[in-house]
Amino acid sequence: MPRVKRMKVVVTFPSTVQALKMEQCCKRDGLDGRLIPVPKQISAGCGMAWAAVPDSKTALEIMISQEGIEVEGVYELLL
Amino acid sequence: MIYLDSAATSLYRPAQVVEAVCRALTTLGNSSRGTHTAALTGARMIFETRQMLSNLFHGDGPEQVVFTANSTESLNMVVKGILTPGDRVVTTVMEHNSVLRPLYEMERQGICLEIVGTDDLGRLDMAAMRQAIDFGARAVFCTHASNLTGNINDIRKIGGWCREAGTLFVVDASQTAGIFPIDMQEDFVDVLCFTGHKSLMGPQGTGGLCVRKGLQVRPLVTGGSGIKTFDKIHPLQMPEALEAGTLNGHGISGLKAAIAFIQEQGMDTLRIKEQNLAREFYQRAQDIPGIRFYGDYSVMERAPIVALNLGDEDSAEVSDWLAREYEICTRPGGHCAPLMHRRFGTEAQGIVRFSFSNFNTMDEVEATISALRNY
Repeated sequence: MPRVKRMKVVVTFPSTVQALKMEQCCKRDGLDGRLIPVPKQISAGCGMAWAAVPDSKTALEIMISQEGIEVEGVYELLL
Repeated sequence: MIYLDSAATSLYRPAQVVEAVCRALTTLGNSSRGTHTAALTGARMIFETRQMLSNLFHGDGPEQVVFTANSTESLNMVVKGILTPGDRVVTTVMEHNSVLRPLYEMERQGICLEIVGTDDLGRLDMAAMRQAIDFGARAVFCTHASNLTGNINDIRKIGGWCREAGTLFVVDASQTAGIFPIDMQEDFVDVLCFTGHKSLMGPQGTGGLCVRKGLQVRPLVTGGSGIKTFDKIHPLQMPEALEAGTLNGHGISGLKAAIAFIQEQGMDTLRIKEQNLAREFYQRAQDIPGIRFYGDYSVMERAPIVALNLGDEDSAEVSDWLAREYEICTRPGGHCAPLMHRRFGTEAQGIVRFSFSNFNTMDEVEATISALRNY
């Protein structure tokens, strides 16, 4: 099946621990998404980012704030 | 075989530790190096272990837990990562060479080192410690328990003095992590150094340090971090700042299972069992002719260690005889604790150290006492 690009909200972090904390909190709260390698549009240089559907952006930002997760940026990208 | 050398390393381990390591060997990718299934399996396991350790020691969160190969690496990292020439530093005669040698190395580079002594039972001179802290120091490096005598230090009191004086408090928990309660907040600990393979019952090659948030430790080693590949400098973010290169994921899997075992069984239950074994051994050994003990056995709260000599017999000969004749494993010699031996005057004779695990039994205690009576 050919690859179809879709809009996604992508969250990046200063360290992998914060990325894994994000995954754990999202799983706990039933927020869909998954860890992906950081896309080159954001930064070339490895690391993990959290990718989810754009509709979940607000919910993610609330959770990030409530849990004190350290993020570098929140982006909307076609991936 | 009767293994009474758990202060050197745990030989008896929960079955789930072995199973976890075996499983990890065939399922774990490289943590923080990509997001495929195997890499994430490794990353999640290591993250969860950080959380467990931070909870165990009441640290400042998983990002402040750094993995190393052992306590020695952790202590070197802290000694060389927070001290600079001109600093005044306080430590004790109860320390292991993993603390003393890095400090001596820094002394040659210009730190001023004060070493607080003990009384005849090997108990820390708390008045002298208080005075040394009040005099002003960059940091205090103090063991939680002597690896030779098992004597415990009151880290809460020392930590309180350090916090009042604005002195960093670094604790070596090699003999106590996992089996004695340690609370970095209540005990005012800035850096806690631990090894995974002793009282925590994990595999060798695991250890780490918990660092108070906001305290910058300069890295000993730099290199691959899984993030910020194109930067010329190693990342400053914790824990990557202090973790260059691939972590020992296989070992950490075992450590995670060991912590889970301790939580299931209850730290207090395990510690009390070990202390009872050591106490029984001490009490039953008292009437052996010529026996001499080292340490304070008047208190219950001590690491499960009994340190002794038989008359003027060479500790190496006694330990070797126990191993050869009875397959009883003990540790003779200096135990990497040169100042404690100097304090006891046992540099030449050494000391025979018996250290107990919660997997030991009263029958093994009895068999060891019988063996000692035959020497």
